[in-house]
Amino acid sequence: MSKITTEDVEKIALLSRLKLTEGEVEMFRGQLGDIIDYIEMLSEVDIEGVEPFINAASEGNVFRNDILRDDDENLSNEQATQNAPQKGDGFFKVPATIATN
Amino acid sequence: MKVYELSAVAIREKVAAGEIKAREIVDYLLARIDEFDSEICAFVSVEYESARTRADEIDARVAAGDTVGRLLGVPIALKDNLCVRDGLTTCASKMLEDFRPPYSASVVEKLLAEGAIIIGKTNLDEFAMGSSTENSALKQTKNPWNKKCVPGGSSGGSAAAVAAGFAPLALGSDTGGSIRQPASYCGVVGMKPTYGAVSRYGLVAFGSSLDQIGPFARTVEDAALLLDVISGSDDRDSTSAKKKLPLTLDYNSDLTGLKVGLPSEYFNTDGLSEEVKDAVIAATEKLKDAGAEIKEVHLPMVKYAVGTYYIIATAEASSNLSRFDGVHYGHRCDKATDIIDLFSRSREEGFGDEVKRRIMLGNYVLSAGYYDAYYLRALKVRQRIAEDFDKAFSEVDVIASPAAPTTAFKIGEKTSDPLAMYLSDIYTISANLAGIPGVCVPCAQDSNGLPVGLQLLADNFKDDLLFKTSYVINNAENGVAF
Repeated sequence: MSKITTEDVEKIALLSRLKLTEGEVEMFRGQLGDIIDYIEMLSEVDIEGVEPFINAASEGNVFRNDILRDDDENLSNEQATQNAPQKGDGFFKVPATIATN
Repeated sequence: MKVYELSAVAIREKVAAGEIKAREIVDYLLARIDEFDSEICAFVSVEYESARTRADEIDARVAAGDTVGRLLGVPIALKDNLCVRDGLTTCASKMLEDFRPPYSASVVEKLLAEGAIIIGKTNLDEFAMGSSTENSALKQTKNPWNKKCVPGGSSGGSAAAVAAGFAPLALGSDTGGSIRQPASYCGVVGMKPTYGAVSRYGLVAFGSSLDQIGPFARTVEDAALLLDVISGSDDRDSTSAKKKLPLTLDYNSDLTGLKVGLPSEYFNTDGLSEEVKDAVIAATEKLKDAGAEIKEVHLPMVKYAVGTYYIIATAEASSNLSRFDGVHYGHRCDKATDIIDLFSRSREEGFGDEVKRRIMLGNYVLSAGYYDAYYLRALKVRQRIAEDFDKAFSEVDVIASPAAPTTAFKIGEKTSDPLAMYLSDIYTISANLAGIPGVCVPCAQDSNGLPVGLQLLADNFKDDLLFKTSYVINNAENGVAF
């Protein structure tokens, strides 16, 4: 039996910035519960002294100087905002974030 | 041979020799798409105009004596999570229905530099999350061998496009099997390269430590050629490997000295169909006939691969998909009252169920109190899975297994049970966890005429060994499905 409660789903939805309907909360509670029950099997693996995985192909961190590149890869303001659902004066528009009286 | 049956290698040769015009090939394939894709639904968008214009440009170049380009005049379909500058890139999501990226993926630039022609963008499970392409918010792709069946996923549109003869080549992305499993269901060659061999720049991110772009084709040589074109280091992807994959592109039927391992764990799995098992064993007999030595190997940790994957992939997805906020690009709810409401309602409206499930699972395994128990533990189990493969590859060169436990299943059969759907990737997922390359090559058909795929895995950067080995199984052009 899954240990995921309705409150758990609501909390995860809040963390995920998803405004779920009541029906969705119930559906996801069952489905997430099944999946979490399944992944519990990892608890039987002996991980004593095992390091977390780092990709074998990894060649370490990659650094570069923090300067504008001298090529055509720098997006113009127009390009950077070309997909914005709402924009104005070259800015992204959002609802008021600070309450006004 | 009909135009739609031609391999990329053959098309390139004929176009360069002036035997056929790139424009004729493009017109022919577009007509075939018009005739059949209303049923198959492999494409999300078809590039009628730009493909014809580009074909004309290539023909003009050839007429002027310029035949440079290893994919000169070759049409290719791209999974719709690969950015093409100013072209629609939907990820089969309502979230990105109208999204036109201001830049192209590195692989797209490489394709264009070699003379390829982009013929269209293909359907996928939303944001590449799924195993049947049923999670697309746009349409349901059918399996070209049996339209009642799924094409597999998440790169189902690309696999179906190649199987249906709409294009000789396609690109997909593989996070847990999303190239190899649909290749298996659709009877085409599909390959996941070594992690880091191909730049991920311009691929819409899902699970960044697992994602890899790779080729679909109907022949092994075509798949190898396409990988050779798209691989190589790229300073726009910090996980890109510095060394270029060594690919010979010259394969024969001699496997003398090659050691092929059969993991007992992969042949004694619940849910493995007898027909698939028999077909895969028969294929390994062909490898033996070509001179390979077959021996048993053990991968005791792979039974934890699916569980490990669904912790790591969803954790990475929850982070990657946090960028979709209704502000910078993508769907925006127009009824939001404040900024948090804008984020939450835009995401609620824009994402489908599977994407929401994975974002929530990822946030759960990363959340305070669960991080060590789930996420950190999964990274350590991942290390043990990788060590299993290291050990196996000290004993053998290549590991052979089924690509999927069954042939293509019916549309709708698994949509209500996400966990059952996840288990259809049981053979493919561990390669992404270990970072190693894998190929799926068609090896038989089942009693219903559906393709069966053989999966071959090799150690990091031994991608060429996969082509060399699969060439023995698949050295003739595969048939187009219809």
